[in-house]
Formats: sequence, structure tokens, C-alpha cells
Amino acid sequence: MARDLFYMLIFPGFLFLVVFALFAEYVDRKLCAKLQNRVGPPWYQPFADFIKLAAKEDVVPMLADRPMFRFTPIVALTASIASVFYIPIWGHDALFSFNGDVIVVLYLLTIPTLTFFLGGWYSRSVFSMLGAVRSIMQLFAYEVPLYLSILAPALLANTWSLSGMARFYSTHPLYALLNVIGLGVSLVALLGKLERVPFDTPEAETEIVAGSFTEYSGRLLALFRLAISVEMVVGATLLAAVFLPFGLELGAPAAFGLYLVKALVVICLLTLFRTVFARLRIDQMLRFCAQVVAPIAFAQVLIDLVAKRVLAL
Amino acid sequence: MKRPGRMISEVLRSVLRKPATVLYPRVKVKMPDRFRGKLIFHPDKCVGCRLCMRDCPTDAIQIRKVGDKQFEAEIDMARCICCGQCVDSCLKKALEMTAEFELAQLKRETLKLTYSVEPKGAGAKASDDKPESDSGGEAAEG
Amino acid sequence: MHDRENIRIPIGPQHPALKEPTSFSLALDGERILQAGVRLGYNHRGIEKGCEERTYIQALYLVERICGICSHSHATCFCMAVEEIAGIEVPKRAVYIRTLVAELERVHSHLLWLGVAGHEIGFDTLLMYTWRDRETVMDLLALLTGNRVNYGINTFGGVRRDVNPEQKVAVLKGMDLLEERTKYYITVALEETTLIERLSGVGMLSHDDVLRLGAIGPTGRASDVKRDTRKDDPYAAYGEMPFNVITSDHCDVYGRTLVRVGELMESYKMIRWLVNNLPEGPIAVKFPRKVPAGEAFMRYEAPRGEDVHYVRANGTDRPERVKVRAPTLANVQAVAHMLKDGYLADLPIVVAAIDPCFSCTDRLIAVADAHGLQPGVLTWEQVRRHGIEWYRRRGVDFTRLNSTFRCGESG
Repeated sequence: MARDLFYMLIFPGFLFLVVFALFAEYVDRKLCAKLQNRVGPPWYQPFADFIKLAAKEDVVPMLADRPMFRFTPIVALTASIASVFYIPIWGHDALFSFNGDVIVVLYLLTIPTLTFFLGGWYSRSVFSMLGAVRSIMQLFAYEVPLYLSILAPALLANTWSLSGMARFYSTHPLYALLNVIGLGVSLVALLGKLERVPFDTPEAETEIVAGSFTEYSGRLLALFRLAISVEMVVGATLLAAVFLPFGLELGAPAAFGLYLVKALVVICLLTLFRTVFARLRIDQMLRFCAQVVAPIAFAQVLIDLVAKRVLAL
Repeated sequence: MKRPGRMISEVLRSVLRKPATVLYPRVKVKMPDRFRGKLIFHPDKCVGCRLCMRDCPTDAIQIRKVGDKQFEAEIDMARCICCGQCVDSCLKKALEMTAEFELAQLKRETLKLTYSVEPKGAGAKASDDKPESDSGGEAAEG
Repeated sequence: MHDRENIRIPIGPQHPALKEPTSFSLALDGERILQAGVRLGYNHRGIEKGCEERTYIQALYLVERICGICSHSHATCFCMAVEEIAGIEVPKRAVYIRTLVAELERVHSHLLWLGVAGHEIGFDTLLMYTWRDRETVMDLLALLTGNRVNYGINTFGGVRRDVNPEQKVAVLKGMDLLEERTKYYITVALEETTLIERLSGVGMLSHDDVLRLGAIGPTGRASDVKRDTRKDDPYAAYGEMPFNVITSDHCDVYGRTLVRVGELMESYKMIRWLVNNLPEGPIAVKFPRKVPAGEAFMRYEAPRGEDVHYVRANGTDRPERVKVRAPTLANVQAVAHMLKDGYLADLPIVVAAIDPCFSCTDRLIAVADAHGLQPGVLTWEQVRRHGIEWYRRRGVDFTRLNSTFRCGESG
């Protein structure tokens, strides 16, 4: 019992994830600044931002649905944190695993997007509703490529468990190279899920103020922002576990250190994409994902199916 | 040739370059000589023609007689737009613009700088109620 | 308010997309804008009225502060109008220095615009880079004139500061650096896919629309309308200096981007020509305090388009009437047309593409009969009392405001 509490609240649960998420936000902002020839914030900036926001008053608009308005940020944070328990961090085995947990993780990662939609919808403000609707439209665009590209390696490994996949790819390391296309596709889809440039129309600052988060302030906004940072870290962890499964048999501390490096590399790639692209309009984004990204994801699935047949796995 | 991410090479090279930010207030940029900052007044040169008062767009300068052929100036830095027209209008070059631009004060009264003449004998002294004294020249605690 | 078909949303007066307060009232159907209504007037400061109460030299500094980015345009236009009324000929060197500062201001304004356009489409890297390069121009302007914005280089009869050889060398070096950077931005504008996707096909304005709605400056030149006051009605040194008018036939925001970047390259050539061909001579001539009666109408090509000043003098040392028509007033009529049938996501870039400067634009055209005031000319006291009453009716008390400034009573 105490052990489970330790896992849930300290490591790899709440405390570790929150600290890592805020640190990852620092890395993102500092790297973005360096790429733009600026100085960037000091290391404690995201922590200070969180504390400052949490200390401020939450203003709930008069027309908003009070219970839903206050509940959605908590759900967002909880879902993001819960999904990390199934992803192998320090070796082959995740904290809990069963056959089918890759689907559960993907589902848990969809919940934050739903909460962005609900939070924006129940804010009853025009800009929030526009942002909420854009959020859901974007969900249609990137979910298919994301699911396909994460499930393709699972097909090859013949298991629906992330720990099983990790074990399979450790024993057959070269097969991970077949999934390189999937890595590219899921990076793009992850940009859509995290609502970052070039896919950040749901929170386009210059168009709809702040999208779903326009009416949020104080502790609720702090929770939402933390949920987004945690989602970024969990997404990076998922990508590292599925597509970069090397060095997992080195023993727990070394594998854990390697995992941190892999996650930070993925986050740095996300930051690089943020700096070199402009924002796509929602219709351009839908067209891009449907015409370019989804077919490539299908191609990845085909490659894995063919490989499975050829290698008689 | 159209391709996405055209700026990537430039962006990656920026990581190695020094940031373009000047870390003010640790590092201060030196202003060029002609920079129009704080105004100072030399009472020994003023003859009281008040052309500066006539031409000031915002009524920022007041010249007052304090003795025989001696004048003091009160410059309200809150009103002064640092255009330098008074400097150009003065025929005796009694006004001068310095390059000092850090003029913020905590109280409105301390923005009024009075440049006065000592009663006959000692020469010019400028008095202003700034809490900290900096800037060269004749500023003294008033 | 919602009905079945469309919702009505306000963009402004406060909105992250707008750099200055304006009110757009949009009727939306999903993401499509069905109809856009524009309201101006949030930046009105009473500058034309203020000029009437001040002497010419005081009014010059007020006119300069109509806008921060096109300050030299307004000041020069006003100066030239008053000099024309008085019939005073300005020395050649002063004319060239005025034109040099004008072209440097154009460079500054277009670099600022590039950054703002990048920010509006979510391309923050472009914003950071162009504004870093803009610092070069601002440092040059501070070196030449003494201030980074609101240069104050003009005076009636010439300019106030001279250019010495070290400054000329600094200007040429700055131009070399900026030309290299602008060439890079041109390649980015021509090749970066996301940029082209966002800017093409947006804010379409055909050639006939431009002529009908009266769009000027780079907005009009992007639809192949070759109107440039520097060529059509040369003033200052433009009659003697060789340069090209840049047009484009894209008719959309992408065309406006190309026109502005092309104008940047032309400006660098012009600045080099001016620095190398600066004639010798005095920089100002004596100018009378009392300008004889007369009126003048002066046009000037500001970075945003054609800026028009009308000045009427009546023999005293105060202008009788000053009227300013800024270029954005002509371009804003086109904005409502461009927004129709467009996407909401395109609104920031469409508005930014005309390079709006609402501080320049808000001038009072007529005094409406409001709350019993007689239409016509109001005195300062009447306007002030009306303002205090208006706010008191809404529960805000300004009677104890310590504003004791009485304009025009100091001389």
C-alpha cells in the first residue's frame, strides 16, 4: 500500500512528473530563445510561473458552468499523470502492464484534449468556444496518424503491451529501424496533440486571444498549463519508449538516465519545429494531415505488416 | 524551391552566436553624443530673454528672475519631451542637453529640476531634489 | 449573442492581434466571416485642434508625435507645407538630409512590419530576427538625429543637425549589413512553405477594387497599381534621385510582403546615393515667426502610403487650420472588403497587411450634436467640461484633476 502510494505520488507519479515537466518547459523556452538569438528565462522561471499563477484568484465568469469550469483542469492533469504508469522508464518493465496498455495510454492522452474542449465550451465566451471547437477539429486530424504510427511497432512486436514491445525490441534491436517513418509521423502528430506551432490554432494568441483558456486564471490556469507541460513530457516518454528502445538492459539507473536523455532529445526536436514554422490555419492543417501525414502513417503500418510476414514473426 | 523549415540552418547557427540582448541594467548601452536626454541650464549665461519659454511645445521650462541680471530655471522633466528646441532657440547657449536618460523618480515633485544661482559671489549651483545624485556637472543635493 | 446561422464577435478594441485600438465587429458562420464592421476613433487626441492653439514651432513637435513610426513623415510634410506658404526655399543640403532620414524611417517601418506580420501568423522567429536587425537602423537614426523615434530633425527652413563624415561611414556600413539580412528575408519569403501558405490568397484586392476603394501605398501597389507620390509628385530630393517603384501583381497579402521587401532594397540604394551625393551648403535658413496668410496642400509618401497635410495660415504666429489625412484612413476602407468571405484566422494578417497606424488615422471630421452642445467649433473649456460631465454620469469624478496646463498662454 505504501509502496503504491510512493509510486503514485512521488516517483514516477506526481512529484517526479511535475518537476520534470517544469524542467522540460524550461528547456523548451531556453532553447527556443537561443534559436531566436535571445537570452531566455532562468531555470526557475516555470516554477515561479506556476507558483505565481497558483497564488492568484480564480475568476469564474458569470455565465460559465461553475462545476465543469473548475473540474476540467483537474481531469486534464490527472489523465496526463496517470498515463505514465504504463510506459517503461527504467528498463523493460513499466510500473503496471497488461496486454492492451498501449491503447489505454493513447486513450488517456486523448482525455486532456477533451478537457480543453469542455473547459472552453463551458466558459461560454465566444473566443473560448471558437478555440474549443478548433481543438476538437484538430483532434480528428492528428489522432489517426498518431494511433497508426504508435500501433505499427506494436503490430511488429506482436503484443499490445508497451513493456512487451520494449522487451521485443531489446532482443531484436535492428527491427526498430523499420519504424523510423513512424517516429517522424508521430512527432508531427504529437505537435498537433500538444497544440504547438505549426498546429496551435486552438490557442492562437493573435486570433482568438487564448482559445479555450481565455477565461481561465489563477489556480485553474496553473493546473491547465501544468497539464500541458506534463502531456509534453508523457508524449516524449511514449515516443522514446516506442521508437527509441535501446539501452534498456543496462540496469535501472543507467536506463533511467538514458530515458531522460531520450525524452529531452524529443522535446528539443519539438522546440526546433516551433521555431522554424509559421502557424497553419485549421483548414490547411486538416488538409495537410489528411493528405500527407495519414498516408505516410498507413505506409508505416504496411511496412510493419509486410515485415512481420516476411520475417515470419 | 519551396520547402518547409527554410530558416532551419540560420536558426541552428544562432545557438552558437552571442545573444542579441543587452542585459540592461547590468550592461548599459552608451548613447551617441547627439542623444537628447536630460536638460541642464547654465545660469551664468542666461540673459532672461525667455525665448526658450516661448518656443517650448509643452511649457516645461520656466525662467524666473532672482536678482539683478540673474535668472533661475525650473524644468519640469515630466513635461519635457526632450525635443531640444529650447537649446536651439537660446542665443547665449545657456541650455544644454546631456545624454542621461534614466530620469524616473518616485515622486512627481522630484521631477521638477531647479537650476539656480547662488546669491552674488559664489557662482552657479544647480539644486534638484533627486534622492540619488549622479550625472556630472553641477548637480548638488538640494 | 447567437442565432441559428451566425454569431457576432468583437475583435477589439483590445485584442492581441491589434497593435492599436480599433473595433471590428464580425458576423461569423463557423470560421467564415460573413460581414465585418469597422469602428475607428479610439486614438483620437485632438491634435488638429491642439495645433491651432500653438505657435508653428510648437505645432511642429506636436505634429511629429501623431505617430511613432511615421513621425518624420508628418513633420516633414507639415514643414514643407508651411515653407510653401511662406515662400521660403530650403537649402539643398537640408533637403537631402531630410530625404536621408525619410528613407531610413522607411527602412525602420518596413522591418517593423515584417516582424509584426511574422508574429500575426505565429512565426515568432521572424519577429525576433527582423526586430534585431531593426536595431541597426534605430542606432543609425539616434546617431544622426539624437533620438531613436520622433527624430526632431526638421525645423522651418531646413534641418537642425548636420551630417559629418564619420556618420556617413556608419550609415554605409549599416546599409551593407541590412542589405545582406534583407536578402536572406527575401529568400525566406520566397521559399518557406508555411509562410507562403498563410499569406497567399489572403486579403485579395483586385486592381479595380483598389481604384474603387482608394487603397494606397504598398497595399495598392501589390495589386499592380503604380501609384507612388515620390514619382507622381516629386518632393524633397526624389526628383533628382534615381529609384524604382516596386509593384507586384499577386493582389494579396503575399504581394504586399514582396512589395515591402522590394522597397527595402530600393531604400538601401537610395540611402547610399544620398550619402554619397550630399551637396555642401548651409543646413537651414532664417524663417519668420509670423507666416503670411495663405494655404498649402502637401503630399508625402509615408511608409504606409500617401500622407496629406493641409495648412492654412492667417498672418499670425499660429496656424489657423491644420488637417492631416493619414494613409491608413484610405486603406481601412479596403479592410472591410478584404475580410468578407475570409477566414477568422486570416483577420490578424489581413489587418496587419495594410500596416495599420490608427494613431495617425483618428482625426475628427465633424462635431456631432451630442447632449445639447451646439454643433460647430467648441472651445477648449467646453470640450473639457463635456468630458468631465460624460464621465461623471458614469460615476467617475475628474473635477479634482490637477491639470492646470493652459496651452498657448506661455508666450
